Order: sequence, then structure tokens, then C-alpha cells
Amino acid sequence: MKASLVVFMKEVRENLRDRRTVINTLLTGPLMAPIMFVILINTVITREIDKADQPLSLPVAGAENAPNLVAALKQNNVDVKPAPDDPERAVREQDADVVLRIPKDFDKAWNKGDPAQVEVVFDQSQRDARSSVDRLRGLLEAYSQRGGAMRLLARGLSPSIIKPLSIADRDQSTPQSRSGTLFSMLPYFFILGCFVGGMALAIDTTAGERERQSLEPLLANPAPRWQIVLGKLGATTVFAITTVIVSIFAFSVVGRLMPTEKLGMSLEIGMGFVPYALIAMLPLAALLATLQTIVAAFAKSYREAQTYVSLIMFFVSIIPTMILTFLPIKQQFWMYMVPLMSQQMTITRLLRGEYVPMSGLAVGFLCTSLGVAILAWLTVRVYRSERLAISA
Amino acid sequence: MIEIKQLHKTFGKVVAVDDVSFLARDGEITGLLGPNGAGKTTTLRCLYTLMKPVRGQILVDGIDAAKDPRAVRRQLGVLPDARGLYKRLTARENIEYFGHLHNLDDATIKQRIDAAIVGLDMRDIIDRRTEGFSQGQRVKTAIARALIHDPKNVILDEPTNGLDVMSTRAMREFLKRLKSEGRCVLFSSHIMQEVAALCDRIVIIAKGRVVADEAPEALRQQTGEANLEDAFVKLIGTEEGLAA
Repeated sequence: MKASLVVFMKEVRENLRDRRTVINTLLTGPLMAPIMFVILINTVITREIDKADQPLSLPVAGAENAPNLVAALKQNNVDVKPAPDDPERAVREQDADVVLRIPKDFDKAWNKGDPAQVEVVFDQSQRDARSSVDRLRGLLEAYSQRGGAMRLLARGLSPSIIKPLSIADRDQSTPQSRSGTLFSMLPYFFILGCFVGGMALAIDTTAGERERQSLEPLLANPAPRWQIVLGKLGATTVFAITTVIVSIFAFSVVGRLMPTEKLGMSLEIGMGFVPYALIAMLPLAALLATLQTIVAAFAKSYREAQTYVSLIMFFVSIIPTMILTFLPIKQQFWMYMVPLMSQQMTITRLLRGEYVPMSGLAVGFLCTSLGVAILAWLTVRVYRSERLAISA
Repeated sequence: MIEIKQLHKTFGKVVAVDDVSFLARDGEITGLLGPNGAGKTTTLRCLYTLMKPVRGQILVDGIDAAKDPRAVRRQLGVLPDARGLYKRLTARENIEYFGHLHNLDDATIKQRIDAAIVGLDMRDIIDRRTEGFSQGQRVKTAIARALIHDPKNVILDEPTNGLDVMSTRAMREFLKRLKSEGRCVLFSSHIMQEVAALCDRIVIIAKGRVVADEAPEALRQQTGEANLEDAFVKLIGTEEGLAA
């Protein structure tokens, strides 16, 4: 095993001298998760807070037909504006989130006690406009109920007779679980961080070594090839793991500082987060480092390797994450056995403050480590092939 | 001593080396001469166990390469056609790396590097990073690296490729010194004059086959040509690949 150590030390030393690699390992890779998280949270928070505090800007067509209603709206922090000529078009083209149209006969119907119609013009597919629409709806409902109650009172009846059903909401979501969908993207950034951290070495130690024509002299040494390969894999893994460790620590600091409670969410970064996340992520860092190495080993040049590794990075990191993020699969124990899925689930659950069973953590660790062993064995096999040793 | 017996190597349907046999003795310089694509590099690659021959036997100091490739590699100092260095490491670190891979202790490595600094005139470059080295400086480093374990047998694939006149002369002197130290030196070349000036024995390969295996003098007699270049052309039966 001495040769492995020699190769390992040399690869680490050589790559520590490469400024770009060091920056990727210590900065770009690890800070990806926290930075994306800050951007994500800030965008959401700013948008929500803006919408709630600021007056609702509402173009109203035919405001003169219902002065009382318009006055009530204005009292509730609505900024009534003249309507565009064609409200439907204005909404379709996103010039306005929502337009209220009051027909000419509104006052007549209201006074007669008939249902008076108002039209809310909006576009359901505009998710951004939804909170404006909901706010307007709420105001209109309240106005309607108030009117109805007044009418009943005027006839000497209790308003409660038209409320046979009283609905009380008992929301079972916790602040942590509401954060879930937002935070389920986070493991993806950790995984991406691993890739970025190991990428330079995975390529440099394989395709890079071939391209600069140093592989053939290296393999002419008496050291067995499997030991050379293990040394290379070890160096790449150490860089990837460094990225993950820095990433998780940076995140645990940044996450605590984020004002997520303003969103009615809570990010649970307790004492347990760092060790649990590390146990989940460390074997994955090794797995991805080995995967990158094996892919890069097939490439003849640095550039070719970069293409392969980027493709792998895209598919491997995105597919399981997408499945878990957007397909509502119920989380089940077997998922701890699948590398990537296991980490995705563990970290999401940690962030949501949910229980991660020790057995799940252990199964995830073991299965991912098994994956590392299989891939490392494959890499050694690749390096045994004659074709690989020839540079040109 | 290097013995190659009926070496045969194919890549798919292409026969690269076809029943090549020759002997390289200790204390002699053996030149493997042939036009480009004749099979020289493939023969050497089989020799330092980078490739496995389809059939045939290779013995280095009596060790069978097929049976114990690691022991064979230990007996060989190899300067392959590909002689890339690690450009973020200094020349010394490049050499030390191989010394450690040969399982040498630090004191031995230091002593051998000191010897190489003198022998190859590397004083100015030994502690410089190899990025930006000239071709000659790179070859020096690669040779020092290949010989760090003081091998009995030295194999060099086109060692003067890309070197200027002065470096080429220095290389020739160096090969002669290896010979005088009693080592078995085997090098390949496609340059007639170089082989003629250096070798005790010339093995000419063309199209994967050995067409002559003689001392330079005998070669001239065998072909009846006074000058070696004409002898060479006559033996390989074409002028292709002679232009260096």
C-alpha cells in the first residue's frame, strides 16, 4: 500500500499548487449550497413581505358604479387605479396582476337586494399574481358578508342563520414541514458541491495525466496499478470530502442567520445537523469522486473529460433530486439504500426537523460505501486495460 | 541482459510486431532501428510490460515478463516515447516521486539525485518547476527520473527526438557512459547516423519483422554497401521513413 500513499501525497501536493483547484475546493464548491440558499430564501421573503405590506395596486373598471365598494377597498390598503381600456389584455400581457370590473347595473342590483355581480379578471397561470388575486377575493368576500349581515339585521334576523356550518382550520403542518418543499432543493446543492470539489482532480489525475504524457512513465514503475489507482482515487476523494465538510459547516452557520421564520417556516439546524449530514454525505463524496474518475479515465484529453464529467454531473445530481422534489413519492425506508436518494432524504428530513432513524443513516452509509467499493474496483479494471496506458 | 523471443503483437487485424527476436547484452548499446511505424515502440512497450504480447517470450536478466512483470519493471529504467513531467512539481520532486514509487529511502534518493545533477548537468534546473522547461531540460529530468533506481537495463524510445545538436551530442555521451558502467542499453531510433555512431549491435525492424541483427561492420559486409545508410535502405526495401 506504500505506493498508494506515495501517489496520494503527490497528487494532493501537486493539486494544492493549482490555485483554480484550491478555489474550487474551498470556495466555489462548498459555498454553492449556502449561497443558493440565501438567494432562494431572500427572493421568496422579499416577494412575500412586499406583497403583504404594500398597498394592493388595483385597476378598477367602472369604479363610479359602486362608490361604496370602492371606498371600502380603499380603506383596506387598496390603491385604486383607473382601468386600462382592455382589462383582459392587460392581464394576459402581465401589465396588471388583477383587474376588477364593476358593471353599470351594480348599484341597482345591490339596492334591490339581488346578487350584484363584480368581475375579477386574472390569469390563473400567473403564480406571481396569485397573492394579489387572493387578497382581492378576501376583501370582496368580507364586503359581501358584511352586506349580507346588515340585510339580515335590518330584517331582525341573526346573521348566524346563514352560517349553518362553521369551519375551523386545524393546520397540522409545522413551521419546519412548511419549509420542506423549499429546502428539498438544498441536498442538490450539496451534491453539486461534491462534484465541483472533486472534478479538477478526477480529470487531472486521469485524462490530464494522459494528455501530458506522464501516464506511460508512471505505469512503467514497478508499483502495482491497483495501488496507483487507489492513490489517485484517494486524493480526489479527499478534495471532494473537504468541499463537503466546508459546505456543511458554512451552511449550518448561514442557515441559522436566515430569517426563515418570517415565512412561517423554520430551518432546524440543531447540534445534530452537522454530524448527521456529514455521515450521510461523506461516502457520497467518495462515490461521486470515484464516478468522476472512472468517467474521466475514458477520455483522451482534458477537454473531453470535462465534457463527460459535466454530463455525469448533470444526470446524476439532477435526476434523483428531481424525482424526489417534484414527484410526491412517499418516503420509505428502502430509499436509504439507494445512494443519492438516501442523502436527499436524510438531509431534507434533517432540515425539516424530522426524525432520521439511526438504522436509516447506517444503511445509507453502508450502501453508499458499497457503491464506492464497486466503482473503485471498476476503475482498477479500467486501468488494467492496455488501451488506457497509451497516451497518443 | 534483455532477451526477446518470437514476440508477436497484434491490434485487431493489424500485425504490429511479427515474430521479433533479438538479444541486448550487458555493457553494449543495442540500437533498434527502423522507419516510423515499424513496430519499435510496440516492441519496447511489450518489454516494459505496458502491453501484453499475443505470444513470444521476454526475459530481462532471466526474469520472464509474463510471469513477474513487476520484477521486470524493477530491472528496467525506461524513457518512453511519452516523457511528460508534472509541471507543478519541481524537477527534484518529479524525480523523488519515482524514487518513492520504487520504494527507495530518502537518503538513497538524495544521493542519486546529487549524482544526476552532476552527470546530467542539472544544477540550474533541479529546484525549478518543470513548467516552461525546454525540450532538453525535460529530457534530462525524464532520464534522471527513469534511472533513479539505478537499473541494470536502460530502455530509451527515440531519446534524441526533438533535441537540438548540443543536447543530442550530450545524450550520445550519456549513453556511452551507461555502457561503460556495464549496463545493457537498448534504444530505438529512426536515424541511421545516430545508430551507426553509437551501437555495438544494430537490430533493424521493418513492418514488424527483424530484417537484420548485426554489428555495424557486419551489416556493411552483409549488404555489400560501403555506407550504412545504403545498407539500411537495401534491407528495409524502401526509402520511406528515413527522412528524420
